[in-house]
Amino acid sequence: MSKLLKSGAFVEDAYAAVADDAALPEGAVLVSLPRFQKEREALLARNTALGIRLQSHENPEILGADLHHFALVALEFPKFRDGRAFSWARILRTRLGFKGEIRAVGDFLYDQMNYQHRVGFNAWEVPDHFTVEQFTKALTEMTNVYQPSSDGRKTIRELRASS
Amino acid sequence: MVFPGAMAHQNHGPQMLTANRLRDGEVLYRKADGWVLFLDQGEVYQDQAAAEAALAAANAELVQNNFVAPYLFEVRLADSRVHPVKEREIIRAAGPTVHPHTGKQAGPHHV
Amino acid sequence: MSSPARRPAPEPVQPNMYRYDEFDAQFVSERVTQFAYQVERRLKGELTEDQFKPLRLMNGLYLQLHAYMLRIAVPYGTLSSKQMRKLAHIARTYDKNFGHFTTRTNLQFNWIKLVDVPAILRELADVEMHCIQTSGNCVRNVTADQFAGATDEEIEDPRPLSEIIRQWSSLHPEFVFLARKFKIAVGACEKDRAALQYHDMAVQVVRNSEGRTGYKVMAGGGMGRTPYLAHTMSEFVAREDILAYLEAVLRVYNMDSRRDNIHKQRIKILINTIGVEEMRRRVDREFQELKAMGTLQLPQRELDRIAAYFAPPRFETGLSDVIPDAGPDFANWVKTNIAKHKAPGYAIATITLKTPGQVPGDATSEQMDIIADLMDEFSVGEVRVTHEQNLVLPHVRKQDLPAIYARLKELDFAAPNAGLITDIIACPGLDYCDLANARSIPIAQSIARKFENLDRQHQIGELKIKISGCINACGHHHAGHIGILGVDKKGVEFYQLLLGGSGAEDASVGVIMGPGFGEHEIADAVERVVNVYIAERQTGERFLDTYRRIGMDKFKAAAYETAAA
Repeated sequence: MSKLLKSGAFVEDAYAAVADDAALPEGAVLVSLPRFQKEREALLARNTALGIRLQSHENPEILGADLHHFALVALEFPKFRDGRAFSWARILRTRLGFKGEIRAVGDFLYDQMNYQHRVGFNAWEVPDHFTVEQFTKALTEMTNVYQPSSDGRKTIRELRASS
Repeated sequence: MVFPGAMAHQNHGPQMLTANRLRDGEVLYRKADGWVLFLDQGEVYQDQAAAEAALAAANAELVQNNFVAPYLFEVRLADSRVHPVKEREIIRAAGPTVHPHTGKQAGPHHV
Repeated sequence: MSSPARRPAPEPVQPNMYRYDEFDAQFVSERVTQFAYQVERRLKGELTEDQFKPLRLMNGLYLQLHAYMLRIAVPYGTLSSKQMRKLAHIARTYDKNFGHFTTRTNLQFNWIKLVDVPAILRELADVEMHCIQTSGNCVRNVTADQFAGATDEEIEDPRPLSEIIRQWSSLHPEFVFLARKFKIAVGACEKDRAALQYHDMAVQVVRNSEGRTGYKVMAGGGMGRTPYLAHTMSEFVAREDILAYLEAVLRVYNMDSRRDNIHKQRIKILINTIGVEEMRRRVDREFQELKAMGTLQLPQRELDRIAAYFAPPRFETGLSDVIPDAGPDFANWVKTNIAKHKAPGYAIATITLKTPGQVPGDATSEQMDIIADLMDEFSVGEVRVTHEQNLVLPHVRKQDLPAIYARLKELDFAAPNAGLITDIIACPGLDYCDLANARSIPIAQSIARKFENLDRQHQIGELKIKISGCINACGHHHAGHIGILGVDKKGVEFYQLLLGGSGAEDASVGVIMGPGFGEHEIADAVERVVNVYIAERQTGERFLDTYRRIGMDKFKAAAYETAAA
């Protein structure tokens, strides 16, 4: 079982994850890319929040102008070693200017959460036993960073210049 | 997530089971339900079924976090001693050929 | 080595090199704490081995044939005497009194216990060292020319940029779970002593037609199962843009590499699949955006700030520019192991860790301590590790060379063979490595013994033999003038010969000759090949040149002529 960690706290998941062949329930839904491509008109016509779940080989640029219809992009880690989603999150935040929820789903480690946070993820689907303390610890193991990313943290070079 | 573990060999000859101790990497050989440090103390499985059963038992014990990466390897009996068939296992059982004062070949007190 | 009575240690000298400030020190320290927590979780079972493996690899820890192996980063091959002494201490305290210098200029210990690693990392952090990203699917140790800062052949010292790349790539959040490893080398000369064209990415300092200094960036080189030479991605990247450009290349690689077949996941495969033009187009797109974002721009003042760490030592003036006469053995050593230094009165001295019979690249803790003393006494506290598993004292006075040679003789590191046939590169091979198919060290030893005669070595001249114990090519066999690849033929060790490879600026990939030779045949086969060279060569030709002129046939015929019996 899992729960949703968003911006440092556990929250109810507003989105229903809908399988490709299942009927769409009321309310906010999270669908796959193939489903969106197949039922685009119908999905966009709904008056509720829309989320899209991308697999690790699916570049968010595929969505084109449709990206602005989504409040949630869930990026899947099929296997924690598959690190493509780190670039997808970065592209979402920079080139594509996405300001909504970027959620990490699938197989990822506590040890990856800091990197995910840095590149623009702000939500995580985590196991039931996971605690906020663990999340805070994951993000604070390394006080400083060498390179700029989407978390807006000052880099070590910037801190040196101002010290 | 379960560590995959080695596939059992399709093999007709005798086999043994080896692994590495987690905390220090020491090479281990299976004997009954436990492990020993030296090849000639380990158990030889004469048939495939016995070998696979030993591997399955070891895989089930991975959750104890005492050892990692168990796998079967072929041995043969010659001059009443057990010899690995593959060069790799000969070296693994004894130690590096280029540093004879290191590894298990240096004797029981090398650890 | 006869244990020489230890002279009183000289006053330690701190060389001009990058020094950690509080940020760097805290970074390395927190990384150790992070890894200690990962070890704790692993021992408790909160991490499975499958989960733990990439995490420990990114801290340099492998599980090998006999024990854990720890790979310590030596950034761009530069070590201080203090660091060398710490490595000796770690060898003594946590290992079996020796270490191995690798083909990526790192240092490996072979008998490490997992439970000791956090303590080892703390000790390393005390001397500004670490094991960060020396393995794993991430950006690895950045290597550079071992003569950096000492040769007059370079446009500038490549190490400041190497240090900047090291920092930029350390725990880069986007690039810690790449499809495969990613190796970067930096050069600044026409002569390539760092095998740039065999790297996933290489940066070469260049000057454009307007005399402006910038960087040529290459990508897609690599060894392994399918060797490739790198392609040029950009002939000239402006200094301030370099990090944006490197990030663009890494991003395209991370996004577009295959993830379904571990043998097809290096950047060389990606570029070969989509083509150089398409790769350049994709990189350029990312580059233009990253450059426009501005956050990765590298101001000249930052380059200058880092470069100041690497300022040349204060060279004495008025020194004799003549190497003293100190006998024929010394003269032989000078012939091969001394290179020209940019400062009058100085020389660059190569210490080959290749005395015939030795394990290539290995040094005992005693030898490391004595080398540290030599560093302090003769080389402003500094040594360089080379990708050919040797060491270099970069700044020695010519007048000190006889004394240095005498001390190296005591250490048994005075073989006058740099670049000669007995200066062999060999990976650890099946004696140590979990991935190997065959042993490589004994082959290196047997070949070195066979060609030990110094007159013969000089008669043969430059001949780079490189030996790998498996297709992963850590011994760089594709880049050997003579390459040897260990294979497993039905459980028996066999050795394939390759001819004509080069890792220098005239880079080429070695060609496989044919079926392999047995363990006891390979040295003889090499000898027959060498004899063909001696018979066929024209004036001034190295082995490599003769091979390139006449091709494989005569070498092949000779190699197999006795093996067929």
